[in-house]
Amino acid sequence: MAGIAGRGTRLGWVINLSVLALVILWLIPTVGLLVSSFRDRDQISETGWWKAPFAVEQTYRARVDAGGAVAEGTGFVITGNVFEAAGVGSGQVTAFGVTGRDPAAFAPGDMAELRGGGMLTVAGDGSFRATSPEEFGRRGPSIYFQAATPPKFTLDNYRRVLGADAMDRAFINTLTVTIPATIIPILIAAFAAYALAWMEFPGRGLLIAAIVGLLVVPLQLALVPLLSLHYKVGIGQGFLGIWMAHTGFGLPLAVYLLRNYMAGLPRDIIESAKVDGATDFQVFTKIVLPLSFPALASFAIFQFLWVWNDLLVAKVFLPSTDEAKVMTVKIADDLLGSRGGDWGILAAAAFTSIAVPLLVFFTLQRYLVRGLLAGSVK
Amino acid sequence: MSPLIQGLMTILIGIGGCVGYFWLSNLLLDRVIFPARGPDQGRNITRANAVRPWLFLFPALAALGLYLVYPVVGSFWRSLFNRDGDTFIGLGNYVALAGDDGFRTAVFNNLLWVLVVPAAATFFGLVAAQLTDRLRWGNLAKSMIFMPMAISFVGASLIWKFVYANEADIGLINAIRAALGADNPVDVIQIPFWNNFFLMVILIWIQTGFAMVILSAALRGIPEETVEAAIIDGANPFQIFFKIKVPQIVGTILVVWTTITILVLKVFDIVYTMTGGNFGTQILPSYMMSYMFRDDGRATAVAFVIMILVLPVMAWNIRQSRREMR
Repeated sequence: MAGIAGRGTRLGWVINLSVLALVILWLIPTVGLLVSSFRDRDQISETGWWKAPFAVEQTYRARVDAGGAVAEGTGFVITGNVFEAAGVGSGQVTAFGVTGRDPAAFAPGDMAELRGGGMLTVAGDGSFRATSPEEFGRRGPSIYFQAATPPKFTLDNYRRVLGADAMDRAFINTLTVTIPATIIPILIAAFAAYALAWMEFPGRGLLIAAIVGLLVVPLQLALVPLLSLHYKVGIGQGFLGIWMAHTGFGLPLAVYLLRNYMAGLPRDIIESAKVDGATDFQVFTKIVLPLSFPALASFAIFQFLWVWNDLLVAKVFLPSTDEAKVMTVKIADDLLGSRGGDWGILAAAAFTSIAVPLLVFFTLQRYLVRGLLAGSVK
Repeated sequence: MSPLIQGLMTILIGIGGCVGYFWLSNLLLDRVIFPARGPDQGRNITRANAVRPWLFLFPALAALGLYLVYPVVGSFWRSLFNRDGDTFIGLGNYVALAGDDGFRTAVFNNLLWVLVVPAAATFFGLVAAQLTDRLRWGNLAKSMIFMPMAISFVGASLIWKFVYANEADIGLINAIRAALGADNPVDVIQIPFWNNFFLMVILIWIQTGFAMVILSAALRGIPEETVEAAIIDGANPFQIFFKIKVPQIVGTILVVWTTITILVLKVFDIVYTMTGGNFGTQILPSYMMSYMFRDDGRATAVAFVIMILVLPVMAWNIRQSRREMR
């Protein structure tokens, strides 16, 4: 509509900028998580993720080895490099001190008085020189210094989450729950949807209304009765039970989406096939099913995202042992409790669990949108 | 046997079973029970066609009946029994709920959620839909705003934990406060009453994309002539939006609104992950989970209360869909 009265270029700018602001606002939280998951854990607690590309100022402590003291003139001298002594890579010393209480008392190049008598100076590049009129104590003096270390990005968080925290197992479990629970309802729903769309029988309208009603039944109702039913028939808590539960819970949307789509297929094709002597079974398998591919894809994506992201059903229908935990349960119940303050681990765990849905989302967004538009009653 | 292989076998058995069921039952119907030959040929074909819809429907109806219809009755029945399920106590669980402070907090908070989240998500969705409508990079922008839909509630909660963190070096909120000169970081998740709104932000963040997608399709469906006529009559962009476009998509706005309302009544993940229901943030679904595995009578009673809250929307949906079909 640009160019039409009432929409000058100024308004265009305002719109562009406000959309940009909205997009940034929506993206920032996720970007923060992604950046944090790749940062070094010490750096995470020193500066915010938004400063990730910049050097981080951290405080270190170096213990100087007194064995390296050399007699020089009237006293003793130790020289060396604080970065080597502290066991950190390299960097730029921004301040140093001789007590832990005030680790940034002196600027690089200043002369500081050591507690045991003697002088200490640390240069910007980390080289130090400690002098003392008497022999250094057995343990040597401690040097505290602040240094700007370059930004450090690592895969350590992922390595630890997948290894020690058994997220790899949870990933496999999520996959194990999701794939059958996505595929099995499709076929069952497709046949039912065809019957509701193209076959005449008494009670059809009522059944469709019932399916629409079932779309909104809260899952909470199903938890207690079905779990006790599963125990009664011997399934108990386990993968078989959760596959069946997700199949049941996904069916209303599947039938509803597919019926709406199938009912919109051109009547001519189906009727001419019937005139040519095709049975309903043949019409369904040879004509309707292939034509309904977009709707099948929409539902499959929905169900995949829903099952992958589910916490409630997994908490109830799977046993709470480590062998059976899915990622959402693992994060919500284990990591947030035991690793509550370990932000790098939490970020890596969260990103491990959302990576696959994001991939599905960005590659198959077209079908997702189409499905949403078709089934927006849910 | 590894669960993954077990899963693959279940897929094979499930799909094979389905295909086998549909194929064999059809074969049986057409060849054995009502064969299309012999003296009763005509009558048999009619009969077979009367039975066939139910063959097609049977697996779906059985699963729906067992997993969604039976639980409504089963849950209600269970909620009439005590904790161990052996003594009938009538409405005892509901009476106990009514007298419980935790339950009242949960109802109050849930009411807040139902009032705020659908309204805010629909509003932001509508604004985003309108703003991105004719933008050259509108689709990219929509994609970005829509993206949280793919993220689990648990993942989203973790993402926002980073924003809300109680340290100025981690949490964005506290970093902004520190930059503005505040001395101590605050834990926004623990501020009484307002913490509810910080939790709601997470769901609004997720649901805005949904509202935007639906509403943007509705906006595109508006007849161009109505907008053009308004422009010719000298309406400004705001008048066009509020007086011409919005009235034409009220139906869709209502659908989005009710859909999100239903979701709000069911989502327990966010509260569970962020606060575990502490600091006065309990809502009904998380309140129910606090009784799950401990007192099934109470848990089912809460679930049934949620069901009752959902009922009006369900009735409205059914009426709507029946009207569309006519």
